[in-house]
Amino acid sequence: MNGLRCLLFSGLLCAATSVAAVEFNQVRPSESRLDFAYEQMSVPMDGRFSKFKAQLAFDPARLAKASARIEVDVASIDTGSTEADAEVVGKAWFDAKRFPMVSFVSSGIRALGGNRYEASGKLSIKGKTRDVVTPVTFQSSGSKGIFEGAFAIRRLDYGIGEGAWADVSAVADEVKIKFRIVVYAAPAKK
Amino acid sequence: MMQRYTLTAISLHWLMALLLFGIFPLGIYMHDLPLSPAKLQLYSYHKWIGVTIFLLVLVRLLWRATHTPPPLPDTIPRWQQFASQAVHTGLYGLMLAVPVSGWLMSSAKGFKTVWFGIVPLPDVLAKDKALGEWLGEVHEVLSFTLALLIALHVAAALKHHFLERDDVLRRMLPWGDFK
Repeated sequence: MNGLRCLLFSGLLCAATSVAAVEFNQVRPSESRLDFAYEQMSVPMDGRFSKFKAQLAFDPARLAKASARIEVDVASIDTGSTEADAEVVGKAWFDAKRFPMVSFVSSGIRALGGNRYEASGKLSIKGKTRDVVTPVTFQSSGSKGIFEGAFAIRRLDYGIGEGAWADVSAVADEVKIKFRIVVYAAPAKK
Repeated sequence: MMQRYTLTAISLHWLMALLLFGIFPLGIYMHDLPLSPAKLQLYSYHKWIGVTIFLLVLVRLLWRATHTPPPLPDTIPRWQQFASQAVHTGLYGLMLAVPVSGWLMSSAKGFKTVWFGIVPLPDVLAKDKALGEWLGEVHEVLSFTLALLIALHVAAALKHHFLERDDVLRRMLPWGDFK
């Protein structure tokens, strides 16, 4: 249909309609993943957050309009051990009672060539907001798109692990965050 | 003339004794601590000592494979010689099995073992909570069995030294002449 329309209408109008048709904006959390990796006594550990929601709009041809807002339920954390899961929702760590959500709000995305991009935004954890920048790749087939990327934060920037836990020889300061967000394209709006 | 163990065997024996007397109470103590950086540290030390013990047992087995330990005095009845043999076999078996069960438990619980924070041990088991807890029980039972055998071993050595006044303990003492 689009092809036929292209023949009939001017090139400009055609480009606009086909572009609008590929805005990816339906995030599917069940297919997405949010993992993190850290070191405990120099031993690599993996964890993940199992609950989060995201509002996202992305059109590879119109990056200036792209936006993302991701909210993560802190209590859904899986640190890799039950004992630690109970510990990290407490005051010294995430203080999940006062700060139940971690949020990321994008401020921009730029193309690095091919399917590679660089996204920047503000990450808020435990009442503290910091600028973060992350490389991200975007792959799409049909109406399904997948964002993947990883970046590192310093947990002490956000006061994650205070008091005795500020000791970075027990739990390293650097935490790697790995994300995979599956998003579907909505049909073009008329 | 009394025949002693070699200096190698004696050194390994007492080094191991020191490590075992350290790691066992450490294991019991750290297990009930609330989660803290100190607890993580103690767990690491416990694992490092455990891996060290395992490797030292291999060296000791190698020593035994290439040396004949000094024979027990003829004055010891057959059944006691047999009992001694059995306890030693048990000691060696458990000194291998206890660290192995600890390593497997750790692996199943999702904690890699990294010897001295430098040498990572492979994770042969995938993370499995139920299996991890079961291996925890196994580690505990084997450890206490080992402690029991060590108590028997020490009691027998003291009995020979102080009651029977023979050379059984003296063969392994670090002081005295090496001929």
